[in-house]
Amino acid sequence: MDKTITFKIDGVDVKGFPGQTIMEAADAAGVYIPRLCYLKDLTPHGSCRVCTIKVDGRAQAACTQPIAEGVEVENNTAELNEKRRDIIDMFFVEGNHFCMFCEKSGNCELQAMAYRLGICAPKYPFQFPDCSLDATHPDLFIDRNRCILCGRCVNASKVIDEKSVFEFVGRGAAKKIAVNADTLAGTNMAVSDKAAGVCPVGAIIKKRVGFEVPVGKRLYDTEPIGSDIEAKQ
Amino acid sequence: MEKPKVATTSLAGCFGCHMSLLDIDDRILKLIELVDFDKSPIDDIKNFTGRCAVGIVEGGCCNEENVHVLQDFRKNCDILISCGDCAIDGGIPAMRNNIPLKECFDEAYHDGPTVYNPNNITPNDKELPLILNKVYPCHHVVKMDYHLPGCPPSADTLWEALVALLSNKPIELPYELIKYD
Ligand code: SF4
Ligand code: FES
Repeated sequence: MDKTITFKIDGVDVKGFPGQTIMEAADAAGVYIPRLCYLKDLTPHGSCRVCTIKVDGRAQAACTQPIAEGVEVENNTAELNEKRRDIIDMFFVEGNHFCMFCEKSGNCELQAMAYRLGICAPKYPFQFPDCSLDATHPDLFIDRNRCILCGRCVNASKVIDEKSVFEFVGRGAAKKIAVNADTLAGTNMAVSDKAAGVCPVGAIIKKRVGFEVPVGKRLYDTEPIGSDIEAKQ
Repeated sequence: MEKPKVATTSLAGCFGCHMSLLDIDDRILKLIELVDFDKSPIDDIKNFTGRCAVGIVEGGCCNEENVHVLQDFRKNCDILISCGDCAIDGGIPAMRNNIPLKECFDEAYHDGPTVYNPNNITPNDKELPLILNKVYPCHHVVKMDYHLPGCPPSADTLWEALVALLSNKPIELPYELIKYD
């Protein structure tokens, strides 16, 4: 950390050091950039594009874009938030997100992002896709109705657990999350694996711990997602 | 001055949204001062008696009758609100959207573990509205002006929304009142 880099986010000076991404420097400075696929400690996947910012006028993903001296970053603008809303809307209509009985509700990052952005209903038509659920594992299940293809489980299983239980199969609209056996029970996945706890939505769920936290006390019941980062300011 | 009229209906819903409306507690007295209820299960008026300022729709469309009622609401109400998750995204009833209708009927009337149907009849009376192939969110059928999410939306959400509309303001819900569960 020999050199400091200074750049601006929404007109305010932010300092970072070489090798940091805009997301990392912003987090450290208490500036929240909305995100979904990014999770600290995992390799950034850059797939959801919710973190899209403008760097000197060009759209970039904050979670993968390195900081650079003197650049001007736009983050909390009406235009970018509208695009983020569009992306969240698409996630909702492209899956089957039944929040009313989902164990993850109240702690779900997709739902929380929709709350933060003030979405009452997605603007696109619902697709009602046909997705499968795998509850074969004694301690975990995977419900593909809720998967947003963020890649966190793939990365955590490969890099941290060194098991490679998850991988994507198919392309485009047919892309889905797969496991490296016929069923989840056939893999060497354990409930203590990092991959078991990184899913931003309710797609990978630990059994027998659902609804542990009462309504009103869950992560995003009263404080918008990102409040912890903004509190650092 | 005549009071503005409010109509409500429950389509493919569970009446939970209506229960939530009653949950505004004593504010219901204030509401009665502000509005008259027209077609609604609350007063049991079956047909529209005049133009309504606000129509509150609970539930999506799972059969042809739901579609007719919803179209009737659109015709008779200035502002139409999708109230609750079922109206907005189909909700629990929409869980059947990936199951062929035949399988749903077989499970409901023949194969289900609690079914008692000695004559093995699948209900098919002319009086029964035909079931749609899928459950449709309200805005897939007619234009909806506002969406109040929640299963059900809280009494405070409904109150805020009604008060805003009746004072000619747009609905702007604070963070705590936008909830999907
Ligand atoms: S299962 Fe969860 S962690 Fe894995 S890709 Fe889907 S949303 Fe991401
Ligand atoms: S958080 Fe950057 S692309 Fe998803």
